[in-house]
Amino acid sequence: MSTNDSKSRPDVIARQLTAVPRSGIRDFFEIVSTMQDVISLGIGEPDFDAPWHIREASVFALERGATSYTSNLGLLSLRQAIARYLEETMGLAYCPKSEILISVGVSEALDLAIRAICNPGDEILYHEPCYVSYGPLIQFAHGVPVPVPTTMEHEFRLTRTALEERVTPRTKALLLNYPNNPTGAALTYDDARMLADFVQAHDLILITDEIYAELTYDQKHVSVAAFPGMHERTIFLHGFSKAWAMTGFRIGYACAPAALTDAMMKIHQYTMLCAPILSQEAAREALRQAGEDVELMKTEYRKRRNFLLRSFADIGLPCFTPRGAFYAFPSIASTGLTAHDFAFGLLEQEKVACVPGTAFGPSGEGFVRCAYATSLDAIKEAVTRIARFIGR
Amino acid sequence: MDELLKILKTNALESADNIAKMLDCSTEEVRERIAAYEKQGVIRGYQAIVNEDVLKMDRVTAVIEVRVSPEREGGFNRIAERISKFNEVQSLYLMSGDFDLLLFVVGRDLKEVAFFVSEKLATIEGVHGTATHFMLKTYKHHGVFMESPDEYERLKVTP
Repeated sequence: MSTNDSKSRPDVIARQLTAVPRSGIRDFFEIVSTMQDVISLGIGEPDFDAPWHIREASVFALERGATSYTSNLGLLSLRQAIARYLEETMGLAYCPKSEILISVGVSEALDLAIRAICNPGDEILYHEPCYVSYGPLIQFAHGVPVPVPTTMEHEFRLTRTALEERVTPRTKALLLNYPNNPTGAALTYDDARMLADFVQAHDLILITDEIYAELTYDQKHVSVAAFPGMHERTIFLHGFSKAWAMTGFRIGYACAPAALTDAMMKIHQYTMLCAPILSQEAAREALRQAGEDVELMKTEYRKRRNFLLRSFADIGLPCFTPRGAFYAFPSIASTGLTAHDFAFGLLEQEKVACVPGTAFGPSGEGFVRCAYATSLDAIKEAVTRIARFIGR
Repeated sequence: MDELLKILKTNALESADNIAKMLDCSTEEVRERIAAYEKQGVIRGYQAIVNEDVLKMDRVTAVIEVRVSPEREGGFNRIAERISKFNEVQSLYLMSGDFDLLLFVVGRDLKEVAFFVSEKLATIEGVHGTATHFMLKTYKHHGVFMESPDEYERLKVTP
């Protein structure tokens, strides 16, 4: 169909798509990509390459002729390795044969999870600020996104009161992402217990995106999925992108009781068929020495986090101490600028890219996201420039 | 290993102020801990990692395997210390396996190293045999790549 035709027919694009606004981060990206010598704190991925042994295993698999489809659920050996890993590290028990589905990144797994449970008009609760895709994916599935704002005062954790205020008879599920992108918030044991209790009290499904589970700095990660009574009502999402620096491999997974896994599988088999076999082989290798790779990168991130936090304190930008992931979310309210003006001004005047908090929902106003998954030298220079920008 | 030492091993020029920020402690504490490491002899010095290949320095490095007989009471120590005192010897290690000592030796040219081996090293009492290998190119030294690999371009902003 030519452009002219689409102009003459305003209904060419499906209605639920036109209802979804363009991602705020896209506009920002378009501008940044045309500029030279930008120092970027705007990247939501590790600056490390995937560990060499993982890349090498992928090359070896290719040499052996791993160029075919796999089972829809993914290689059984990988699902078995994932089951072992989740049991050992988070105390989660999933059957590799019927309760684990390998997906193309957690992004696909999240789409599967929402589409598998959402009837038109179903409400899904999620915290905000949050990852950019949550609201749109719920809308694509004809559901109703119900964001629950979180605040710096409560360390960007959900409170029972805020949840109770928004739950209705149409509420189908609660969607969580802790450790959190963009705030760096993580759950305490008590938070997790409260959330498990809330989900059960209202007979909801829990979708929990724990892509940053390995990257916690002050405490061990707690999964709401591990609480008694949660297994049967939880879709647990995880993957290899962040902790193993494997973003481009696009490899993640969803774990859920067999009936839910079957439902997700119906969509996955017709839309994706299976995750790429080379990425599955790489993921298998990643789990072979899971602890070492992750620990090495985590130690680096911790130093960078500390450096960035102290630097923000030095220049008078209040910032909640991020407990996980690799983002700091300083408040820029004291500058009198909006998140948008701060981010665009900083980019224009000082060539430092950070993401306006509003890209992650309206409650991100007054904040910017600074990723510290970038080299210490870049962070040092960025902080000097930010100080100059705000005149401190 | 202490995180402080890891930071210095990566970049010995990192300021005490920056290290304090990374380790979330005071600058004074960092200075004191570094001083203590120096005093205990844990930190033996600070050096730049130089890619000598690009300097065209007209010198060669040889890796020499040496077989020696250990001495009663002294073991390998006395002979190793004796060899390590030559200025030509940059590094010296006691090894397991087919030979005993591994030496990194530098000289102006092949001839100079050959002279050192035949006149000085091989003539030491207790040295039974040597095997000399000349280094042709350095790819990685002390964990540092001598040539920066081509960086794969990444997106500048991602969600």
